[in-house]
Order: sequence, then C-alpha cells, then structure tokens
Amino acid sequence: MADKIPPVQLSKSQFNLVGRSVVTLDDVSAPQISYLLRKARYISDHLPEVSQAAAGKILATLFYEPSTRTRLSFETAMLRLGGHVIGFAGAQNASVSKGESIADTLKTVANYADVVAIRHPKEGAALVASKSVDIPVINAGDGGHMHPTQTLADLATLQSRFSRITDLTIGLCGDLTFGRTVHSLIETLCRFGNVKFVLISPKELKMPQYVLDRIKASQSCTYEEVTDLTAVIGDLDALYMTRVQKERFFNEDDYLRLRDTYILDAAKLKLAKPTMAVLHPLPRVNEIATEVDSDPRAAYFEQVKNGMLMRMALMSSVLGVKLPGFAEDDTKEVRA
Amino acid sequence: MMEVTSISEGIIIDHVPAGTALKVLNYLHIDPTKATIALIMNTTSHRYGCKDIIKIQNSADVDLEVLGLVAPHATVDVVKDSRIVEKQKPRLPEHVTNVISCANPRCVTSSERDIDQLFHLSNPDTGEYRCDYCDEAAKL
Ligand SMILES: [Zn+2]
Repeated sequence: MADKIPPVQLSKSQFNLVGRSVVTLDDVSAPQISYLLRKARYISDHLPEVSQAAAGKILATLFYEPSTRTRLSFETAMLRLGGHVIGFAGAQNASVSKGESIADTLKTVANYADVVAIRHPKEGAALVASKSVDIPVINAGDGGHMHPTQTLADLATLQSRFSRITDLTIGLCGDLTFGRTVHSLIETLCRFGNVKFVLISPKELKMPQYVLDRIKASQSCTYEEVTDLTAVIGDLDALYMTRVQKERFFNEDDYLRLRDTYILDAAKLKLAKPTMAVLHPLPRVNEIATEVDSDPRAAYFEQVKNGMLMRMALMSSVLGVKLPGFAEDDTKEVRA
Repeated sequence: MMEVTSISEGIIIDHVPAGTALKVLNYLHIDPTKATIALIMNTTSHRYGCKDIIKIQNSADVDLEVLGLVAPHATVDVVKDSRIVEKQKPRLPEHVTNVISCANPRCVTSSERDIDQLFHLSNPDTGEYRCDYCDEAAKL
C-alpha cells in the first residue's frame, strides 16, 4: 500500500498516528516509536512552548482498578499539554458497579472526550474499548497483559541516557517469568536490533521460551542466561531490575535465600560501569536499596518523568495536535 | 490395525488427534445422533502415534476452516462409489470468529457481554491459534 503514496508524502504518513488507538506496541511501527522518542525529547526541552498545544481537548481516564501512579502520569501529561481531564478510578463508579459493559461505557464517554486512557483488570479490555469507539484509546494496563506506555517510558529512559536504544548490553534481573514489562521491553528492542540481553534470574523465574525465541528470531540480538548478578554487572550498559515476589515461591526459605541475591545495593553497584543506568518499573519493594537512589546511575525516577513525556508525545500524536516549533518530519531539520 | 466399516459415499477425516473425535464432530456441527458415523478412537498411526479417525456416511463436505482450527494436521478423503476421489487438507484461516471460546479466566471475554470470540493464527507451522484479546493459546 505504501508504494502507491507519492514519495513526498511517505515520511509524513509513516509517522501519522492521528486517530489511532494504542492497545499494544504492535500498533506502533518502529519508525513511529523513534518519532515518539524524538518528540518526547523535544517536549522535555520545550515544556512552556507546548503547554497550550492540546487546549480544548479532553482526556478521559477510565481506571477500573486503582493505579494512582499511571493515572497521575496520564492526567499530568494532558494538563501539561493544556488539555482537560475527566474520568473515574476504581470500580466504585456507578455504571460499572451496575454491570455496564466496557463497550457501553466507552460509547458514552466518547461523546465527552477526545482520547481515552483505560486501565482494567481483565486482559484484552483495552482492545474491547478501542473496538467500541472511533476516538483513540490508549491502554494504560490490562490485567498484566499489556502496558505499552510503560515500555515507551523504558525506551525513552535508555534513549535519554545513551542517545540510542541499540548497540547496548542490557541486563534484566529478578522475576523474568511473570514480569510482563521486561517481556514487552525485549520484544520492542528486538524490533530495533543490536542489543545483547543478559537475563539474570533464579532458575525458578527464568525467561519464558517464547521471549527467547523472539530474541533468536531477531538476527542481531543475542542473550545469555545467568543466575549471578555480581558476575555480570560489570558488563552491563543498563540494568533493569524487577520485583521478586514472595508468592512466586513454593517455600519461604527459597524466597529468602534468593531475594537477597537479586537486591541491588551500593556494594554490587561498585562492580558496575560508571555510566550504567539502573531502571525499574516502580513501585519497588526492596529490590533496590535506597542507598542507590543518590547514585547518578539510578535512572528509575527519571523513568517516571520519561513516562509522562512519552504519554505527552503519544497523546499529542493521536489527537493530531501540532507542537509549536516541533519538526514533524526529521528530514526537514536536516535540510534546513 | 483393526477392521472398520467402510463407507461407499461420504468423507473420512483421518489423523484427528487421539481422543478428540467427539469434540471435533461437535465443532463441525455434526450431530452424532443423526448422522451415520463410524468413529475409530486411539488407533495407532506410524506418522502420529495415536490418532482418531472419523467416517461420515453420505456427507458431501466438511468445514475445512473449522477443521483447521480444531485438527490442523487432519486429512480429509472424499469417498464416492467406495473409492477415494479427492483428498483435502484443512485450511488454516487467519482469523476465526465465534467458533471456540477463550479458556483464560482473566480474559475480558469471560466478563464482557455480547462479545465476539476472536482468535488469530499465531503460528502457521504448528496451527496454533491465540485469543485476539488476551493472547492465550486456544484450547479445545
Ligand atoms: Zn482470551
């Protein structure tokens, strides 16, 4: 289809996310992700200039389960673009408790809002929402299934620390079996290529085979599986920590024994490169000692900011609002 | 091998996964109380180990797309005048709507009313289907 579009339009259309829903990152092409990363960077440097870009637009945050962190990020992103926010949080909402279907709620809300962010405990709820209405729907987490803007935040953090998301050695540590954020991050990085993954976990919590198959299929990406964080930490450009949850273990002894192996503290950090970035999807429990927070390598609170910036980039894109001074087409900047 | 009633007109569905013949008939909307059927269950096959075979008398066709979903490695022989006149393979449709239901209790299809059950072919080599909503592999 693309070859029928005149070449002069091609680069414009390949970034065009106007009116599009984002249920998974499969809905966003690799060039579009690069575009969003560039846009988030621009927003970071030009917050006053973009502060009225979405004036008059309304975001509805439909949070069927509480996730204050994610909801605040979406709402702040919209407010920082000059738009407004409506919505509900928790299923105490009257229509939901009366058993209204997701489709009916969305058809109602679509009369009020220009874009929706939905969080729901059921897997696939965001797809149901996006199929019900014509306005863009952004998945803000559907029951541990997909959380695309978390992955965008992770990518933006790598981009801001290294000015690239390729040619990196990235360690992923902790619960690699159930941690969907690390699966999504790996799958997305594999679309760009040239990443070496170091998968650090107890044997009980290894990376699922389908994710390993995805890495193998990517040609330029490789992986190794290890159990000892201290043995590999010195090789890493970035270290993505995840929670090791007690309920994943059959007995308390295994949990206690393994938990401490996968805690990042100042002593372990001494073995790491001075430029290594430490990421974590937050909230943390105890897998990163608070003494690490003041180390310049700690990037997890930046990740929160990058999440907001990427949500600003994404919402302005699906709404089709122009950011003053932002070059939609990268190549124009080169020519200028 | 055991001797089985031959049919003169109809179809033979061979290489059905062992023990699933009744389920397959159900998905094909063939009523075992009405149609004339011979079922051979858990017989041995040198290709697949254990398998089921379904013979349906006086039936002209079978939904090859539904068969692709429930028994992708099955083969279909069309029999006329006691001879196999045609061999058919199940088709693997890219998408299937309202044929099977998602078994994942965390899936939105378990709670949302009036929702279409949608599956897509996730691996053409293995004939694996996954739920469009939650990505859980199809279970029959
Ligand atoms: Zn499902």
